[in-house]
Amino acid sequence: MSARPKVQMDIGQEWVAVCKLTDIVPDTGVCALVDGRQVAVFRLHDDSVYAIDNHDPFSRANVLSRGIVGDLKGECVIASPVYKQHFSLASGQCLEEADVRIAVFPTRVEGGMVLVNIHINK
Amino acid sequence: MIEETNVKNKKIVVIGNGMIGQRFLEQLVSRSETHPIDITVFCAEPRPAYDRVQLTSFFSGKSADELNLVPEGFFEQHGITLRLGDKAVAIDRARKVVRSARGHELPYDKLVLATGSYPFVPKVPGTEWQDCFVYRAIEDLEAIRMAASQARVGTVIGGGLLGLEAAKALHDLGLKTHVVEFAPRLMAVQLDDSGGRLLRHKIEALGVAVHTSKQTREIVKGETCRHKLLFADGSMLETDLIVFSAGIRPRDQLAKAAGLSIGERGGIAVNDHCQTNDADIYALGECALWSGRLYGLVAPGYQMAEVTARHLTGEHDARFPGADMSTKLKLLGVDVASIGDAHGVAPDALNYVFTDEASGIYKKLVVSGDRKRLLGAVLVGEANDYGSLLQLTLNAIPLPEHPEDLILPAREGGASKGLGVDALPDTALICSCNNVSKGGLCSAIAAGATSLGALKKGTKAATSCGGCGPMVKQILDSELKKQGVDVKNYLCEHFAYSRQELFHLTRVGGLKTFDQIITKHGQGRGCDICKPAVASILAACWNEYILKPKHAPLQDTNDYYLANLQKDGTYSIVPRVPGGEILPEKLIVLGEVAKKFGLYTKITGAQRIDLFGARVEQLPLIWKDLVDAGFESGHAYGKALRTVKSCVGSTWCRYGVQDSVTMAINIENRYRGLRSPHKLKMAVSGCTRECAEAQGKDVGIIATEKGWNLYVCGNGGIKPRHADLLAKDLDDRTLVQYIDRFLMFYIRTGDRLQRTATWLENLEGGIDYVRKVVCEDSLGLGAELEADMQKFVDSYECEWKKAINDPETLKRFRHFVNSEEPDRNVVFVAERGQIRPARADEREEREMKAESVV
Ligand code: SRM
Ligand SMILES: Cc1cc2nc3c(=O)[nH]c(=O)nc-3n(C[C@H](O)[C@H](O)[C@H](O)COP(=O)(O)OP(=O)(O)OC[C@H]3O[C@@H](n4cnc5c(N)ncnc54)[C@H](O)[C@@H]3O)c2cc1C
Ligand code: SF4
Ligand code: FES
Repeated sequence: MSARPKVQMDIGQEWVAVCKLTDIVPDTGVCALVDGRQVAVFRLHDDSVYAIDNHDPFSRANVLSRGIVGDLKGECVIASPVYKQHFSLASGQCLEEADVRIAVFPTRVEGGMVLVNIHINK
Repeated sequence: MIEETNVKNKKIVVIGNGMIGQRFLEQLVSRSETHPIDITVFCAEPRPAYDRVQLTSFFSGKSADELNLVPEGFFEQHGITLRLGDKAVAIDRARKVVRSARGHELPYDKLVLATGSYPFVPKVPGTEWQDCFVYRAIEDLEAIRMAASQARVGTVIGGGLLGLEAAKALHDLGLKTHVVEFAPRLMAVQLDDSGGRLLRHKIEALGVAVHTSKQTREIVKGETCRHKLLFADGSMLETDLIVFSAGIRPRDQLAKAAGLSIGERGGIAVNDHCQTNDADIYALGECALWSGRLYGLVAPGYQMAEVTARHLTGEHDARFPGADMSTKLKLLGVDVASIGDAHGVAPDALNYVFTDEASGIYKKLVVSGDRKRLLGAVLVGEANDYGSLLQLTLNAIPLPEHPEDLILPAREGGASKGLGVDALPDTALICSCNNVSKGGLCSAIAAGATSLGALKKGTKAATSCGGCGPMVKQILDSELKKQGVDVKNYLCEHFAYSRQELFHLTRVGGLKTFDQIITKHGQGRGCDICKPAVASILAACWNEYILKPKHAPLQDTNDYYLANLQKDGTYSIVPRVPGGEILPEKLIVLGEVAKKFGLYTKITGAQRIDLFGARVEQLPLIWKDLVDAGFESGHAYGKALRTVKSCVGSTWCRYGVQDSVTMAINIENRYRGLRSPHKLKMAVSGCTRECAEAQGKDVGIIATEKGWNLYVCGNGGIKPRHADLLAKDLDDRTLVQYIDRFLMFYIRTGDRLQRTATWLENLEGGIDYVRKVVCEDSLGLGAELEADMQKFVDSYECEWKKAINDPETLKRFRHFVNSEEPDRNVVFVAERGQIRPARADEREEREMKAESVV
């Protein structure tokens, strides 16, 4: 298999570079290991990047990065690949269950690298 | 004459918090929101009202909480005092007080009796044994379950509705089950002799023994079991536990002691307003006797609850009009229904009877002497027409010229004879449990309840016994069609087209990507509904490799990783085994690969082998080994052709008339990988004994002396459907030609996730139309459909072979983008020598241990 960027360096203020933007096919996600935590990182068609918890609270499997990206009533969402609940990429709010919300993390793209900060929960 | 019945500032006492008592409270508070009333409820059971109708589901895992009928905070919110576990023991009508077992005295202005009934236990010596039970409350079921865990044989005394339900429960608890009935047939109230006999055959076929015309004389100590039943005719039956279900009796003792008038055979007599002979005391539900009749069903009780609440809140003309006792049930998996005058007691009634002993179907219509009206009906073995027959009876709709058509099976290709819902008047009562009429449903639909869920929530229709569900759905569909909304056909909010329309637009417009399609014909960015649907359309139109990066974001995870996602985030692998024929060498390879990667192995329900528990990063490694050994993708992950099941056929089987294995292999290799609206399953049997179950498949082929019979649109699964015969005695070439046309026609016109069975049921013209298109080429599309299929066949490649040789594609098979670590959340434990995913509690236990080690 091809070489992967092993970058996990700190770029100040606990921002962690997880991969190159081009490592993510537009409108799909990948899973990154950030300080021991599994984070699902999505690149949308306009190169905006979102990071949310990779843990699916309904199936309790670490799989949200493998869901289908889309929009519902204008809101960018990810559909869990297991039981298909939708989560807002911006807020982590589950659209089907009002009292379920998952963690959402800030992201930046710098020098072609995707940075995630898991110490600030948006 | 009429009392001042306004409840403002009045004290209301209710005795009994069963299904009807609770419905009464809800009706009352909803009608008196503006003026608070003082309500106290006596509830003898240790818990407030629960769904007794669904009681048996307690055995299949429903908890007492799930059966609960009381909305959260209901009593508090409405200031109702609930005396849980406290029984009313006396009514002093002179002083207008109720005394309870715990010694409370409570004054009332209005008293409501909703005490229900109790199971009748015949006076037989021995019923005091501790293994004798009744079947009425959650506590009874708890006790039965306890006793059953120590028992082998169980007997139900009483072969009526409830008795058979109890028998099913004992059977499901793993007991050898007997049903003992006093009358000469089962369900004596609802069925006639022929219906009862048929039901008996069906129940016996399930392994439940039925003994009719048996009067139990005594219960004594047993020899092979704990007890022995002695019958009046001298015979006997050994059993460990006994459940009495010999009928119910109204619980009227309290009312009787208070001097209220009671019917000859029990029941608290009430008038049309549900008042007893004391105008301040009402009775409703199973304890009430109206017009000489007792009702042992919830629907009439619910109506009484509403009438009482209305009358109490000042609607002096609220009257109970009497109720219908029609019922539809699934007893031990057998559909049984009885409608109206099932025994034909009306003086000039005429019967129409249809019996099919081979399939175990019995249907009887009771019609008026002039053959214009349906008076009643009995259905055993198949009760699909219950809804429409009930409506004909209740609404006195004129019968068609040949009433017998209503029960005769539709001939092959014949049009469906059911009367459509459009023929019903608005007053037609559709849901009798919740008193919802067709008009009520239509206005809810017009007001915006355009999904089944919203309609059920808004009207309560189909939320109790569920018997009216299919009819509610038909009305919804028909109303939506009239509104011209046909919402369900739109793919999703991004496309105002059905899948069929989008397929056409894509093909004709030569569109090759999702972006092109959504820009041209849709809006927004798409979602998990339309993306996979478009992926399937693109695959069927152009057969491009589904893992091309431009198609990748469209794929459901199964297609994205070419494997089936399991509950813990691992995947399963099903290699293709065409026709189910496999070389010993290949079987060994499957075993070796499973051992090498530690996978769980299982034979699937469709003649192949599934390997479970592979992590994403292992998938390409596993497939490398499989491809090297000559395996191909089995497309178990795709909405695509799955398998072509076969029997050994004429090669080995002494009855086979054609070589079914060779045909199955050829067919599977021809259509492997074909993407369609939903999965496709096929089978080939070597003779009419049908060992490959071809009539349960989307495409089924059965050998004949002269060639092959082609069946289409069968289904197993959620709603099994027997396939329809499309064409007879075909030679090999015509067979394939017809299948090509049939499949391509379905792929072009099917809806998203619509199997061929549902597709056909929604296709105007039905199988006759398909036959015209496929066999007679009525649309002139034949050549085009065949050419499309040939193009697909010629461009087939194994998706996995391609994947393991493409570094770009391989990149996606890893759990972390920035680490080689596996997903630590995936944990297996051993069971019967193989792995299985750890349950949550097992996982937590492990984590705790790991932490304490650190
Ligand atoms: C593995 C297998 C069970 C087994 O251990 O034997 C299986 C497993 C699943 N079935 Fe099945 N079905 C399996 C044979 C069947 C059969 C039997 C058959 O094919 O002869 C049926 C009934 C026949 C039929 O389809 O008409 C069957 C009717 C279903 C249905 C109901 C389909 C329907 O039209 O009602 C579903 C749900 C669906 O597809 O929406 C389903 C869905 C599923 C899914 C995909 C559920 C899911 O989303 O996880 C399961 C995952 C497959 C996997 O590999 O992880 N499975 N499933 C069988 C795989 C057969 C194979 O070799 O490909
Ligand atoms: C297993 C089973 C399956 C059934 N299936 C169906 C079905 O499919 N369709 C259908 O229509 N019907 C069905 N029924 C019948 C249905 O459950 C009854 O018609 C319904 O429960 C009657 O309601 P009720 O409130 O009149 O009586 P109940 O639900 O029996 O409630 C009466 C309550 O009053 C309490 N009570 C009695 N006396 C006193 C007192 N002195 N003080 C305080 N509390 C008292 C009782 O303990 C009880 O809790 C089924 C019944 C059973 C047992
Ligand atoms: S279907 Fe016919 S040929 Fe095939 S195994 Fe059964 S009996 Fe034999
Ligand atoms: S008739 Fe029972 S739920 Fe509608």
